Amino acid sequence: MNAFRLSLYGWLMVLPAAVLLALFTHIPVVESFVHSFMSTDKPKRPSHFVGLDHYETLIADPIFWKALTNNLLYALGSVPLSIAIAMLMALFVNDKLAGRGFLRAAYFTPTILPMIAVANIWIFFFTPDYGLLEQMLKPFGLGGHNILGSNNTALLAVTIVAIWKESGFFMIFYLAALQQISPDLKEAAAIEGTSRFTYFRRVIFPLLMPTTLFVMVNALINAFRVVDHIFVMTGGGPNNATSVLLFRIYEVGFKYFDFGLASAMTVVLLCVLGIVALGQFFALDRKVHYQ
Amino acid sequence: MTSLTRRLFTASALALGLSLSASAQAADIELRFYYPVAVGGPITKIIDEYAAGFEKENPGIKIKPIYAGDYVQTIGKALTAVKGGDAPELAILLAADITSLVDEDAVVPVDDVIKTPADKAWVEGFYPAFMENAKLKGKTYAIPFQRSTPVLYWNKDMFKAAGLDPDKAPKDWNEMRDFAKKLTKKDASGAVTQWGIEIPSDGNSLWLFTGLTTGNGVRINNAEGTKVNFADPKVVEALQYWYDLSKVDGAQPAGLINWGTTPRDFIEGRTAMMWHTTGNLTNVKTNAKFPFGIGFLPGKTQFGAPTGGGNFYFFKGMSAEKQAAALAFVKYMTTPERAADWSTKTGYVATQPAAYETPVMKAYAADFPAAIIARDQLKYAVPEMTVHENQRVTKIANDAIQAVMTGAKPADAALKDAQAEAERVLRDFN
Repeated sequence: MNAFRLSLYGWLMVLPAAVLLALFTHIPVVESFVHSFMSTDKPKRPSHFVGLDHYETLIADPIFWKALTNNLLYALGSVPLSIAIAMLMALFVNDKLAGRGFLRAAYFTPTILPMIAVANIWIFFFTPDYGLLEQMLKPFGLGGHNILGSNNTALLAVTIVAIWKESGFFMIFYLAALQQISPDLKEAAAIEGTSRFTYFRRVIFPLLMPTTLFVMVNALINAFRVVDHIFVMTGGGPNNATSVLLFRIYEVGFKYFDFGLASAMTVVLLCVLGIVALGQFFALDRKVHYQ
Repeated sequence: MTSLTRRLFTASALALGLSLSASAQAADIELRFYYPVAVGGPITKIIDEYAAGFEKENPGIKIKPIYAGDYVQTIGKALTAVKGGDAPELAILLAADITSLVDEDAVVPVDDVIKTPADKAWVEGFYPAFMENAKLKGKTYAIPFQRSTPVLYWNKDMFKAAGLDPDKAPKDWNEMRDFAKKLTKKDASGAVTQWGIEIPSDGNSLWLFTGLTTGNGVRINNAEGTKVNFADPKVVEALQYWYDLSKVDGAQPAGLINWGTTPRDFIEGRTAMMWHTTGNLTNVKTNAKFPFGIGFLPGKTQFGAPTGGGNFYFFKGMSAEKQAAALAFVKYMTTPERAADWSTKTGYVATQPAAYETPVMKAYAADFPAAIIARDQLKYAVPEMTVHENQRVTKIANDAIQAVMTGAKPADAALKDAQAEAERVLRDFN
């Protein structure tokens, strides 16, 4: 009886969260999965089972592959760099130096700004002729770029914005982790005559590994999830050079109203994210903890 | 547990149903009306004022204007609401989205809403160029409201400095190219400091491209919206001309030109000419510190421009009472006086000849003759591409144009591929 009451309490406690999660996460996931095997509902032709049709369309769709490749490049470019920069910034502002609070706040500012505002700022950095970047390059005779308007540079540009935006956020986690590290270790290392670099490589870096794993999982998920700036900066262009999975899903779902195909892409996105998360936890988890 | 959730769901569904019916009884007649904001200026404020003005004149009808984002977001929300069985009564959506709305069976023809001969005369009072893609399969589905068309803007000071007549716009493609070349300036290192022309090519590049194709005497889609004509040699020629302005003539920036920053380039004197919507007239007029001119888009064989912008649509599922109220509101929003007021406040082209006879519009035109150019260009205008699966086919065309403008593909190959892909999408409608 007591055990039953306890478990009832437990269930009641999680009920609000569970209902919300189910309503906005689990049910839509299942629905997307179901819809990906159904044709899109049209007035003249109601939704019916079409099997793997949508998946076959995807395999034959060059824009889907382009978006997938772009997304992988975007992740590959943004994740390691934003983590490295976050770690460097955290190490820097963890030391005792004048104006530390101000620096921390400055590094964190991009995180607070809404992505749409960030995108608007960066558009003017990248603008041809009189954008900030062009004005800096011009005196050296390196001007004349159309960064967001060229196939070769547009993806790089939106990746840089993502790095700029994310690094400050990840820095906070590293900063918290750094403050957990006992100062004894530093003293011990100093007595042993360890160089700063060795101390970092042998002591700090391994101790930060659990944080790195956490940050990496988040960064990777964000690389597939945070794409707001692409809407503002390039609209997926030029010629799909900056189209990524989530952007393409929006386009197919809410511009073409082809919910079946969009659902199939959502399932693909979920699988990619699932594999990424599982891979990280299982492959890296064993190496993460200091032993 | 499961029975508990089920009960919870039933309870909340019941509550929802109750609150819905309660609110329906409380108001007299409530019209929900979705609208997008697509140009600068205090659009929301103006719309709210119009709605309040209508409510004052028509007690018993409540207007609920709902700002719903840009055009794409607004139709997204409207169609989602239709699928959820809770459609708005009215919405302003892209004129070119008529096919999607009819294919989704979301709207009622205007012909079914209007009752009297006076109503009929009202529908016939709009410019034919705007009505062309308000009709589908012989039925009228929309009432023009916020319509625009692109025009050529030129900087008169720069024309003078380059030895050109500051009061004459280039009349055709050859002249536009020559002028643009003369207007391009470079510094000692060879870097361009002033461009001859900018025709924006990112985003919806197809809209301005339709200006080029129309000027070359070719239509890119048929009236039924079932066929496109991308691979036509004249369409290829138009795209080649556009590309050559950058690549061969060096008079236009290479790569994609941003729609949003082009007016700024013009205002800041980075470019001597630009193609842009009349929706930006007020913006340029307020901010440019130099005299500027407005002209027709130069063509190769004839003038030509696309029309764009949004129309009023009536959604399915309204009671006869609500339909009458909705009709009254749309009529109120499109009176010549309102159209003139809306046009002078936003730069949209007034949708009917009568609006140009109003004192407001006459005073505005006397002060700013350029505003009349857009109206006069209407007789050369064609609707922007309006086909079934419009967004999808538009995207195919945009991708092809962008591939060419960024140098990834030659014009003929890109347009041939686009034609094949568009035909595949339109297969079901032929």
